[in-house]
Amino acid sequence: MSTPHQQMFFQHLFGIGQLSKEQIEHLVSMGESFIELSRRPIKKAPTLRGKTVINLFFENSTRTRTSFEIAGKRLSADVINISASTSATSKGETLLDTAETLAAMQPHVLVIRHSIAGTCEFLADFLPHTSIVNAGDGAHEHPTQILTDLLTLKTQASGYEGITMTIVGDIAHSRVARSHLLAAQKLGYKVRVVAPKTLLPSQVEQYGCEVFHNFDEAIPGSDVLYMLRVQTERLTDNCSFPSIREYHEAYGLNRKRLALAGDNCVVMHPGPMNRGVEISSDVADSARSRILDQVEHGVAVRMAVLTALCGTAPEPEKRTPRREKAEAAMQAQGKLL
Amino acid sequence: MADVIYDNAAVNAALDRMAKAIRCHGDSLTLIGIERGGAQVADAIQRRLEEAGCEVERGNMDISFYRDDLDTIGANPEVRPSHMPFDVSGRTVWLVDDVLYTGRTIRAALGEVFDYGRPDCVRLAVLLDRGGRQLPIAPDVAGLMHAADPGCSVKLVTEGDWHIVQRRVRS
Repeated sequence: MSTPHQQMFFQHLFGIGQLSKEQIEHLVSMGESFIELSRRPIKKAPTLRGKTVINLFFENSTRTRTSFEIAGKRLSADVINISASTSATSKGETLLDTAETLAAMQPHVLVIRHSIAGTCEFLADFLPHTSIVNAGDGAHEHPTQILTDLLTLKTQASGYEGITMTIVGDIAHSRVARSHLLAAQKLGYKVRVVAPKTLLPSQVEQYGCEVFHNFDEAIPGSDVLYMLRVQTERLTDNCSFPSIREYHEAYGLNRKRLALAGDNCVVMHPGPMNRGVEISSDVADSARSRILDQVEHGVAVRMAVLTALCGTAPEPEKRTPRREKAEAAMQAQGKLL
Repeated sequence: MADVIYDNAAVNAALDRMAKAIRCHGDSLTLIGIERGGAQVADAIQRRLEEAGCEVERGNMDISFYRDDLDTIGANPEVRPSHMPFDVSGRTVWLVDDVLYTGRTIRAALGEVFDYGRPDCVRLAVLLDRGGRQLPIAPDVAGLMHAADPGCSVKLVTEGDWHIVQRRVRS
């Protein structure tokens, strides 16, 4: 039987879409109480002692992987990092076999980043006794980034309820933008999206956001200017915009544009940023920038996520769904196992 | 049904006694309240100590992340940040809690205090000792004693006039 605390949380974190408003708020406020831990001289608490966290990253990442690693280690978990280039998938092993192999080593949490949307849900079906955290899957979701941003906003005077967040840039390829659109509906903040038509998904307004093609028009009334990196690695054609310089002219945030914003408007960026493309250096380093706060809060929020997941230990099962299926197939053929 | 086992007058008298007992250890004191009840008790004692002319430094700790029962009860979503605006190294610190029962909270609190530094001495003051210890932990100062049945929950109520209630949660 599970306790009220355990019922509050969940075995896997796939995306903002699965979470209730209360669950999001609890994770953010748990994260808030973890900020202080990273500012102590001794940055260690025993919360996750004896737990194992495996970071399995099939895409490049600095801050997400490092912050999961630091979050786990500061809470006394054992953290192992595996990147695609060093994993056996580069020797031809399938994703599922890699994941099953790691799960057989009995980690509590698998943190996965992959370029294909839905990877985590797919794997969760096969790994009944491991918690899976989505650290970004294609253009689908990136829940811990959104929880991070909400924590950064919570530490502002404005909070996040009722604010207007203006997300600028490559909306079409951005899992961060998509997760924010889902979170905004649950938590009651407004989202404006700003992008050239080539970088906007069709019918994005169905998410309840305002759509702008002219950045200058979207700035007044914004509480947050949320800049996105142009994901050149995901742009399959070269015709989304004429040139980097032209993109910066139309959609880059510079001092001149920032002057159009209200006095309390802050600048955020999920990183990594390309200075001189979506954001100019003087804005990135200005007092309005909350970009490094986001990084600090990212560690705290990931501590909260790991703690919540490790607090809901799933029942250990002997057989994996894959084996059950294979056994059923063999039995159907009348063979002994 | 919740029975009042100590009324407001008894609780106030106990707080007075605790402040007096703590004052015997010096005029410059460091109190750390354990969230949430303990922090409120520490507030009350701090007020009394300062009225008596003592200098008090205050911190608060939430020991949720130091508990040993994450697997069995899950993560507490209502955690408060710990707040320790001084270096604990080299001082005598008083841990303050409302109700002392199994001793597990205090064990966790000791763990957290030592993550902030190396105090010379850690002492424990509780408003009520209800017995039933599962660890070798004893208070240096206890305002009230009440041997409660393990099937009962004993709580300090701080809405309105402070009092302590006992309620049967299982037989």
